[in-house]
Amino acid sequence: MPRDNSGFRELRLDAISRRFGGAVALDRLSLAIARGEFIALLGPSGCGKSTALNCIAGLLALTGGAIWLDERRIDGLPPEERGFGMIFQNYALFPHMSVRRNIGFGLAMRGVGREEIRRRVDAALALIRLAEHADKLPGQLSGGQQQRVAIARAIVIEPPVILMDEPLSNLDAKLRIEMRSEIKRIHQELGRATVYVTHDQEEALSLADRIVVLKDGVTQQIGAPEELYARPANLDVALFMGYRNAIAARIEGVEGGQAVISIGQIRLRGTAAGHPGGGDATAAIRPEDFVLGPGPNAVRGRAETVEYCGRDYLVEFLTQDGHRLYARTETRVRPGDFVEWHVPPDRVLVYPSGK
Amino acid sequence: MNAEGSATSGRRGWGGIVWAALVRALMTFFLINVAGVIASVVVSSFATRWLGTWLPAGYTMRWYGSAWDEFQLGDVLEVTVEIVLIVVALSILIGVPAAYALARKDFPGKRAVTLLFLLPLLVPPITYGIPLATVLYRLRLGGTETGVILANLVPAVPFVVLVMTPFIEQVDPRLEAAARVFGARLHRVFLHVLLPLLAPGILAAGLLVLVRTIALFELTFLVAGPDSQTLVVALYYSVFAAGVRATQSIDAMAVTYMVTTLVWLLLALRFVDPTQLVTRVKREAR
Amino acid sequence: MAARELREAGLDRTVLLTVPGVLLVLLLFIYPFAYGLFLSFAPKTGGIWANYARFFGDERLYGTIAKTFWIALPATLLNLALALPMAYQLRRATRLQRAVTTALVVPITLGTVLVAEGMLNYLGPQGWLNRLLIDLHLVAAPVRLIHNYWGVLLSLVVTGFPFAFLLTLSYVTGIDPVLAQAAATLGAGRGRQFLHIYLPLLAPGLAITFCLSFVQAFSVFPSAILLGAPAGPTRVISIAAYQAAFEDYDYSMASAIAMLMGLAQLIVVVAVLGLRGVFYRGPAAGAKG
Ligand SMILES: Nc1ncnc2c1ncn2[C@@H]1O[C@H](COP(=O)(O)OP(=O)(O)OP(=O)(O)O)[C@@H](O)[C@H]1O
Ligand SMILES: [Mg+2]
Repeated sequence: MPRDNSGFRELRLDAISRRFGGAVALDRLSLAIARGEFIALLGPSGCGKSTALNCIAGLLALTGGAIWLDERRIDGLPPEERGFGMIFQNYALFPHMSVRRNIGFGLAMRGVGREEIRRRVDAALALIRLAEHADKLPGQLSGGQQQRVAIARAIVIEPPVILMDEPLSNLDAKLRIEMRSEIKRIHQELGRATVYVTHDQEEALSLADRIVVLKDGVTQQIGAPEELYARPANLDVALFMGYRNAIAARIEGVEGGQAVISIGQIRLRGTAAGHPGGGDATAAIRPEDFVLGPGPNAVRGRAETVEYCGRDYLVEFLTQDGHRLYARTETRVRPGDFVEWHVPPDRVLVYPSGK
Repeated sequence: MNAEGSATSGRRGWGGIVWAALVRALMTFFLINVAGVIASVVVSSFATRWLGTWLPAGYTMRWYGSAWDEFQLGDVLEVTVEIVLIVVALSILIGVPAAYALARKDFPGKRAVTLLFLLPLLVPPITYGIPLATVLYRLRLGGTETGVILANLVPAVPFVVLVMTPFIEQVDPRLEAAARVFGARLHRVFLHVLLPLLAPGILAAGLLVLVRTIALFELTFLVAGPDSQTLVVALYYSVFAAGVRATQSIDAMAVTYMVTTLVWLLLALRFVDPTQLVTRVKREAR
Repeated sequence: MAARELREAGLDRTVLLTVPGVLLVLLLFIYPFAYGLFLSFAPKTGGIWANYARFFGDERLYGTIAKTFWIALPATLLNLALALPMAYQLRRATRLQRAVTTALVVPITLGTVLVAEGMLNYLGPQGWLNRLLIDLHLVAAPVRLIHNYWGVLLSLVVTGFPFAFLLTLSYVTGIDPVLAQAAATLGAGRGRQFLHIYLPLLAPGLAITFCLSFVQAFSVFPSAILLGAPAGPTRVISIAAYQAAFEDYDYSMASAIAMLMGLAQLIVVVAVLGLRGVFYRGPAAGAKG
């Protein structure tokens, strides 16, 4: 029987690790999650997101570190005693129980009385707007409806922490956007700590108060969405945040806090992330930071392919010394056109190469 | 993704540990007894004299020679091999095309046909064996090898159908379509495109039918005559008439039977999951 | 009918591939059954019901039904009761699971006749088991485990338990373990995960396992003769049918007994599968969108 944890202030992950045999799936993740905070765990497939979530839920034992709920250490507790709500990637609705019984399951396990269960399930059904489907089996619902049942089932027990493992990954694009706002709405209504796993940076940016970026089990960066978007801590995070152009460069020097780099014959000013200094580096630039037309910090080339993306065009162009770059513009560009762009120095991120 | 089964973190509690230990102990107990049953046959077949002791007084190979002569094992083995091979070949020849049609086509009466193929696997052989034997004797096929082969085909063909249908379902039908687009006729599609793809499945099904046919007692027993006995039936008669011959001699025959079966089983297990030997009820359960 | 119409009805040439198999089953399975049914109503002497009247008038004949049930039902229940917890315990794909399944295939493959011969040695008064019990001073004289009821029951466990286990295992492993994890996060401990998630999802599979196990046990034949007391408490119905056919050469009576054997099995199967309708019978994975 889970304890009533709802009055907690903070869930603290203290260097939690998990290895499978010799392989480290999660390496010393540390994070303090305040009540009501929305955390996104972001990273490519296989980076250890689900592992982290399962460790928090108690579905996987830690191989190192500790988990604290305020002053109480909880990593020894089995999942049924932690009482965290979890929404699984494929929902894991009980196929043999009606929607109503699915949602009421956690309450029944807590020994809540019949009338009380009925009342709270009805409230949850209203919240997810599925009251008229209460007596159906999960197999008779659409993907989006199942997903809402999964959410209701997790939140009806009023857990201190809600864990979600890529809850939107099975949905089509339109439904995904809808459900995203739904999740946001429910989170704001309930004010629970939420850990949300995703590999979609857009989802993470739009939902989270703070984002944790993982790669190969190692924490790359923790910060607010704006922070990650503007100043990725390293090249991997930058690539994940949409810095599609990663160009090998040389650092020629540092002037007034800005790094001067050369990419073949092109000279650019950029912002050094990490230790500036001489030597090899990688410059990261987002396609949308290029501005069409002449200016300082210019890059020129010949447009190769042009994709129309609705609001703007994605232009793939080749510089004189053969670098292939991507830029976005609202102006119509034709393949074969000679194009000149410029880019603000604070939008050119320079990362030293190597470890 | 979550290879760990149910909730895993935390202590299991004493109840859980005791329960797990109990279940394992029971399983171990069962397996030890089965091993004892088998080992006592093997040890006895090599025993000179084994009375009132844990192990025999001495060991010898001579019972194998005497069993060979007394039970005409040479003839029995020859008949067994002949019958089993023909049953395997025919059941594949009849079963695989049927499985193909069931896997690829939806046709009226498909459910009835599927049920028809399931029934002989669900009804135990002794129940239908007696009427079947009656019919075969009326047709003057009782007691002949042909009769034994026909009787053994009754469970063998449906078994091949049942194993092969899901196997064929998972072969991409677009491959056949592509071959047809290039102008191949149906039988050539079968020969050049499907057969190579199906070969592993056919091999597995063939091995499973082989093992099952060697071990299938009831039907052969009811239909066979003195010259059309397979090894199991001969073994049954010798156990039934125990006391006439030395136990060791019977056990030598039993070991011969055991080796014949287990060699093929080991081979089959390289290609299939052990549960497949039982049936594929999972699919039928819908 | 024109070829096109046939094709529109879904019957193209591919369907003809089922014909040999269907014919075989019709001729060698359905026809003998029908023939046996017909034959059972054409007794050597007397009216059409004479065989059945004789069966139910002779204790040596009708008594076999109760004797067979008395062996088959405990054996089936025991096998299932053993198979369920073990299959559940071994539901994860581990090396142990693979090893156990492989080991259990052996007695199934060897079959009843060989197991009977082995058990005659192993359980006999001079056998290892009795020797062990005596050496451990658990019993004073050898326990009689062969040529009686217990011999047959044990042989049905030796071949029937592995069968029940493998079937149950295939059902248990078909249930997505994430469902149990979900139940755990909702506050269900191990016992309640089994009770509320696994058991209801397994129920239909267990019903089928019960039916198949029971039908096999009910048609016990060689071990009832070799390990049992075929003149006494283990004179099961298949022995009666066999004797009618191959000792009295009364095929008509034998058919009648075989039909009754089939009917008894059918009644149990229909009853159990009827119960199954009560349970949920869809896919046992987490429902996907
Ligand atoms: N039970 C397990 N046994 C062995 N290795 C595992 C196990 N579970 C996960 N791993 C490994 O741990 C690493 C992290 O897996 P995890 O499931 O956490 O990835 P993920 O970030 O959730 O990926 P995805 O986005 O594809 O779901 C992977 O390399 C995976 O192969
Ligand atoms: Mg994952």
